[in-house]
Amino acid sequence: MSAILPPTERLWWKHPLDRVEGTWIAIAFVWCMIMFFMMIYWHAYGKQNLSTETYKTTPEMFAGKAQAVVDKYTVRTETDLETPVVAPPPGSDVYMIARLWNFWPILELQQGQTYRLHLSSMDYNHGFSLQPANINIQIVPGYEHVVTVTPNQSGTYSVVCNEFCGIGHHTMVGRIYVKAETGNVK
Amino acid sequence: MSNKTTYRTCPRSGLQFEAQAEKLVLANAVAGVIFLLIGGILAIGVVLTRWPTIHWLEASTFYQVLTAHGLDMLVFWIIFFEIAVLYFCSSTLLRCRIATPKVAWLGFALMVIGSVMNNIAVYQGGSSVMMTSYVPMMAAPSFYLGLILFAVGALIGCFVFFGTLVVAKREKTYQGSVPLVTFGAITAAIIAVFTIASGAIILIPTWMLSLGWIEHVDPLIYRVIWWAFGHSSQQINVAAHISIWYFVAAVVFGAKPMSERVSRGAFLLYIVFLQLASAHHILSDPGMSTEWKVLNTSYFMYFAVLASMIHGLTIPGAMEVAQRAKGYNKGLFEWLRKAPWGNPSFSGVFISIIGFGFLGGISGVMMGTEQLNMIIHNTIYVPGHFHATVVVGTTLSFMALTYFLIPVLFKREIINPALAKWQPYLFGFSMYFFCLVMMGAGTLGVARRHWDMAFSGAALAYEWPGAAYLMMGLVGIAGICAITGGALYIYLTVGSLLWGKRVVQTKISSEPTPIPVGAPSAAAQSYGSLGFAAPGTFVLAMVFLASFVLYYFINWKYLSTLWGLS
Ligand code: HEM
Ligand SMILES: [Cu+2]
Ligand SMILES: [Cu+2]
Repeated sequence: MSAILPPTERLWWKHPLDRVEGTWIAIAFVWCMIMFFMMIYWHAYGKQNLSTETYKTTPEMFAGKAQAVVDKYTVRTETDLETPVVAPPPGSDVYMIARLWNFWPILELQQGQTYRLHLSSMDYNHGFSLQPANINIQIVPGYEHVVTVTPNQSGTYSVVCNEFCGIGHHTMVGRIYVKAETGNVK
Repeated sequence: MSNKTTYRTCPRSGLQFEAQAEKLVLANAVAGVIFLLIGGILAIGVVLTRWPTIHWLEASTFYQVLTAHGLDMLVFWIIFFEIAVLYFCSSTLLRCRIATPKVAWLGFALMVIGSVMNNIAVYQGGSSVMMTSYVPMMAAPSFYLGLILFAVGALIGCFVFFGTLVVAKREKTYQGSVPLVTFGAITAAIIAVFTIASGAIILIPTWMLSLGWIEHVDPLIYRVIWWAFGHSSQQINVAAHISIWYFVAAVVFGAKPMSERVSRGAFLLYIVFLQLASAHHILSDPGMSTEWKVLNTSYFMYFAVLASMIHGLTIPGAMEVAQRAKGYNKGLFEWLRKAPWGNPSFSGVFISIIGFGFLGGISGVMMGTEQLNMIIHNTIYVPGHFHATVVVGTTLSFMALTYFLIPVLFKREIINPALAKWQPYLFGFSMYFFCLVMMGAGTLGVARRHWDMAFSGAALAYEWPGAAYLMMGLVGIAGICAITGGALYIYLTVGSLLWGKRVVQTKISSEPTPIPVGAPSAAAQSYGSLGFAAPGTFVLAMVFLASFVLYYFINWKYLSTLWGLS
């Protein structure tokens, strides 16, 4: 019962390794290094890396910037709440506000084009969960996170809030339309 | 200090219990089990609400119940039981009196007051903020104060543990180095001190914020520091349950560690690298740099993962070596077939090892990869992962240890040994399935901490695929089976304590009997094959590695099909 007794060899750190242990440690070590370098490799060659571009902000400041873009590029409104659908030109800055309990506005993007998507919250933490693609980003109040996105497929995407944000959490769903490269929505 | 205490030697295990330590272990373990009971009852509400066709509780009740479930299970059940384990690994295994029993009782009292206060705050409503209590969402001041008092009590427990190590050394109740299991417990306690300090750094200002004494706690800084507490405390659990695995291997098989150097070295890796873990929860957050995320999420190049992979080999390996020495030497797996599968301490630990490695370990490393985190962050995959670590890994190990402790520490026979034999299988396997289907639903995107998959009342609802509904239904069924398994454990433990036949005690003395000095054993090894002492375990390890590699790269493949992000 030696794991519950003091080691019998007092110089236990000189105890030889068994071959099975030595071999496994070597294999496991190599695997750990592969996993570590995989993250770095993906930063160099992969296409999905979360941006870390972040600014301190306030609800007023962020809402103001979002409003300006909405005023400029709204193409229509949808739902009973008359949520604006904003179709900004490719390459531009687009804003999405997370607040109790909706994402505002609706965005209309073009497939294969790149946008600078600004995310922030007006109140609590929220979660940006793009479905059905399943891309998930935390939204933290007081921070403006700029994520560069390039939609690779057309269709209607939903943004589900997946950070608990109070009693209306389950009603907090937003939308992003991605128009096909040829120009019409699928 | 006068030694007015007594020492009892258990007739069955030969372990020696000092009177004060024994009472403290018992009190902490029982308090833990009570919280497991409460948390288990709450789990019924959680699981029956997330089962879409039942969708039982109202939204507000659901979030309240979920907050309490998380806290009672993850914080109160686990930490009470861990304090019991710490006292056991010091006073009992080193055969000495416990240092400052009065202070230890003070710590216990603080933990009880804190946990009750926190629970009351949650049941009063107005504190349904989830166990993470991210600011600026605020709970009642007593919610935070309860947690702070509990943490102070646990910290006192850690220092009593360290004090007891000093007592044993000074009173020479053992010679040489402490046993491996105690070494593991030291690892857990050191991590605990760091963890609790992080908790204090963030919870104390948040408590003051809730009282209006300060104006602002930064939401992002809160998340970073809270998780230095929240994730590191999981490493306490890992160190504690791995110590239990070594313990059970030792008492069930008489197994000795394959090599003390390797096992202790792996524990040291935990101490050195586990502190970095808060990054796991911030990978999809704004604000932190990529370098910080990559380095920290991998615990500095995966050295802590390496340590877990080592323990995952050396523990079954030690069992295999011990079994082969007894003559179960045929083929690769006779040692495993002939293992005592009817002994719940063994079956519990073995099911825990396999589930922790295959389900908890592989999913944990996948989701802890910087870029891959984006495909599961805050989905129900996350609870799927941590029920595999903290329920299959930690909770099931604690259950297995309890079966050993009932006759030895509680001095009672188990009331229904036939049921006890089945309990680890029912609990363990339904939890395996539960975790798998949660991870399945999370892979499809289903959110965690979410009352309604159908988004009733939302202006722009999203329709989940049918498979997601199916998975969440299976979560419900598997969850109910697991809760039944948990209820059996409570029944067996509490029942034995109350009604079990007493185990006759004989040896009580007023002086501790020191641990006899063992004779060095011959290191030469004559079983196994290919020069491997534990070839069967090695094959299992390779199966593990193959699943790991496969699953890891499947996720990268999936990631590569998504929107471009930079
Ligand atoms: C016995 C059967 C159990 C069942 C059926 C169960 C069920 C669940 C479910 C379905 C959730 C996710 C709910 C959601 O995010 O919407 C959950 C959350 C959780 N469970 Fe369990 N659980 C059980 C036992 C345990 C145990 C033993 C522990 C800890 C040792 C535990 C710790 C937690 C924690 C920490 C959360 C997260 C709470 C949060 O998101 O704030 N559970 N449980
Ligand atoms: Cu939200
Ligand atoms: Cu939400």
